Amino acid sequence: MSNKKLLLGDEAIALGAIHAGLSGVYAYPGTPSTEITEFIQGNALAQERGVHSRWSTNEKTAMEEALGMSFMGKRALVCMKHVGMNVCADAFVNSGMTGVNGGVVVLAADDPSMHSSQDEQDSRFYGKFAMIPTFEPSNQQEAYDMMAVAFDFSEKQKLPVLMRVTTRMAHSRAVVQCVDEPRQQNELNYNAVAANWVLLPANARRRNDIVTAQQAELEEAAANSTYNIYKVPQNPRPEGGKYPLGILCSGIGYNYVMECVSSPTFPILKISQYPLPKKLVRRLLDECERVLIVEEGQPFIEDIVRGVAEMPNVMGKLTGELPRTGELNPDIVKKALGMQLSECYAPCENVVPRPPALCQGCGHRDVYAALNEVLKEYDNPRVFGDIGCYTLGFLPPFRAIHSCVDMGASITMAKGAADAGQWPAVAVIGDSTFTHSGMTGLLDAINENANITVIISDNLTTGMTGGQDSAGTNKFEAICRGLGLSDEHLKVVVPLPKNMPEITQVIRDEINYKGTSVIIPRRECMQTLQRHLKQKKAEKK
Amino acid sequence: MKTDIILCGVGGQGILSIATIIGEAAMNENLYIKQAEVHGMSQRGGDVQSNLRISSDPIASDLIPRGGADVIISMEPMEALRYLPWLSKTGWIITSSTPFVNIPNYPDMAVINADLQKLPNVITLDIEQLAKDNGIARSANVILLGAAQKALAIEYEKLEDAIRRVFARKGEAVVEANIKALALGRAAQK
Repeated sequence: MSNKKLLLGDEAIALGAIHAGLSGVYAYPGTPSTEITEFIQGNALAQERGVHSRWSTNEKTAMEEALGMSFMGKRALVCMKHVGMNVCADAFVNSGMTGVNGGVVVLAADDPSMHSSQDEQDSRFYGKFAMIPTFEPSNQQEAYDMMAVAFDFSEKQKLPVLMRVTTRMAHSRAVVQCVDEPRQQNELNYNAVAANWVLLPANARRRNDIVTAQQAELEEAAANSTYNIYKVPQNPRPEGGKYPLGILCSGIGYNYVMECVSSPTFPILKISQYPLPKKLVRRLLDECERVLIVEEGQPFIEDIVRGVAEMPNVMGKLTGELPRTGELNPDIVKKALGMQLSECYAPCENVVPRPPALCQGCGHRDVYAALNEVLKEYDNPRVFGDIGCYTLGFLPPFRAIHSCVDMGASITMAKGAADAGQWPAVAVIGDSTFTHSGMTGLLDAINENANITVIISDNLTTGMTGGQDSAGTNKFEAICRGLGLSDEHLKVVVPLPKNMPEITQVIRDEINYKGTSVIIPRRECMQTLQRHLKQKKAEKK
Repeated sequence: MKTDIILCGVGGQGILSIATIIGEAAMNENLYIKQAEVHGMSQRGGDVQSNLRISSDPIASDLIPRGGADVIISMEPMEALRYLPWLSKTGWIITSSTPFVNIPNYPDMAVINADLQKLPNVITLDIEQLAKDNGIARSANVILLGAAQKALAIEYEKLEDAIRRVFARKGEAVVEANIKALALGRAAQK
């Protein structure tokens, strides 16, 4: 049987991990990383092997659960979008100090051009400052193959490995050749040494010295990695001189270079494993008069190579040859290489933008309609939004929210605004975002009885990423009560147009109450509802 | 051979199932494939596209360069025009003629049609009506695929086989509806 499969980059990562003997994936949904965990949830071998794949409450709980599995000697994968790295940063950075027992791979999917995100942060910086080796595959085959290499490397070096991909890798399909014999899972073991895992200052100082000293070995491993390739062109180097140009590229930047020049006349250094192997970079600088750096994301390599001395022969995003922001594409790279762009049609002037919108019939629509109607009665109301489909409430026709910063910031910013004297201060947060990072902020508010109104718009799922299970479903009233909220100011409504009089009255009452209140409009997401109805219909047949 | 295809439409219109059929046919021919998709926020009623590249030689980039697409297959007429800068000067547009109006400033259809007619190689089809008239309302997208077959440089029979494999799980009726849709599309391209 052929082991060729047409896989998304995310699916290649997932299958690579399963075939590398994975025992658990821990993740919170986030574009463009979601499909990794979904693939493992649906994979027969993973099910047969009992690979843990249930969603975690947030990226930090995910990272810590993975560390626990590693502590017991088994292999764990943690997946998140780039901003999830901020949420799990405490656990991630300190896992570089504890080290690992069973292999740990942390997969961060960056989103340059912000297709579905609030910033363009480049996860490679996390790997560098946490002193954690970082892998960056160029294509789907490498993504699959590198999972096994990364787990082996993690166990050999006794450190977690960060694997960084970007949107176009995560969400692009290609044919992947898979192994015939998947590796067995690790057995439980008790090899984890408490003195490494208890980061008391005395232990941590010792670990810090060890990990710092280990960096030279990690860089040497990167220099010898089969994924870091120094390609010499067919044509010989000018006698006694240098090639006029050399290319240093990483990840999918390499693909765009190869798209433009199928048989290059200049050396190409492709980087897919960090710490950046200076030895290879120096060779390129020695052999070429000028070096163009092509990397997807922020100018991470370029900043290291150019340095404070700002070497004049090193070009890229910092010198304007490539755009400083946004994702790369073959045309941008072609231009940077000084090549003629293909002739093409001008953009059609009559085409208008078609921004995403809340689905027809979505409960968030009714929530915003009611909120807007009530808030007309007040001077200068402020609504603090959060991350999810309901962030689209910023756009017409609702124009209902004034902020959206990070997961959970709606409640805490509303509280800070109330502390500053703002009223009405309303927070709008989804159910999954609330359990991800909203609960702790609500405790702050309740402890001070802050004068805010919190709307937990509960659609019983994690909607924006495609309808994954939401950690708090059926528990929201209990959570709010447990945090100390009185029943009197905990209201549940059904967001439907016919209930508008009731909902608006509830919102009005709770805004007028001088203290913390929570309103939970609850109705299933239209996307999951349609899916459930389809399933039911299929079962009937 | 090498064919660069842009599939486009509005989130939820089912462009990815066309991609699945082409991908299945290409994989069965041992061709190289790259298919960049859009997931996430834009799927909520926004414009969506997929870059699909098939080739007998390895493919480097997941994205098609400007002026490089051999075919644009679109479920919606204005969306077909959105990707015009990526269409090769000798490329084809195969599009549904039915506008999907979910924005207040959707242009006049006469303007959109005029822009389409300015191009040398365009096939517009009322796929929804065609599908309804033939009792295969749910296979409208495969009619487009049939109409695009020549431009794709994939043999008709290979697409038929791919449909059989892709829809096998859903039963014989679904397979037959899609084969019929493919044939309707082929008839329309002539």
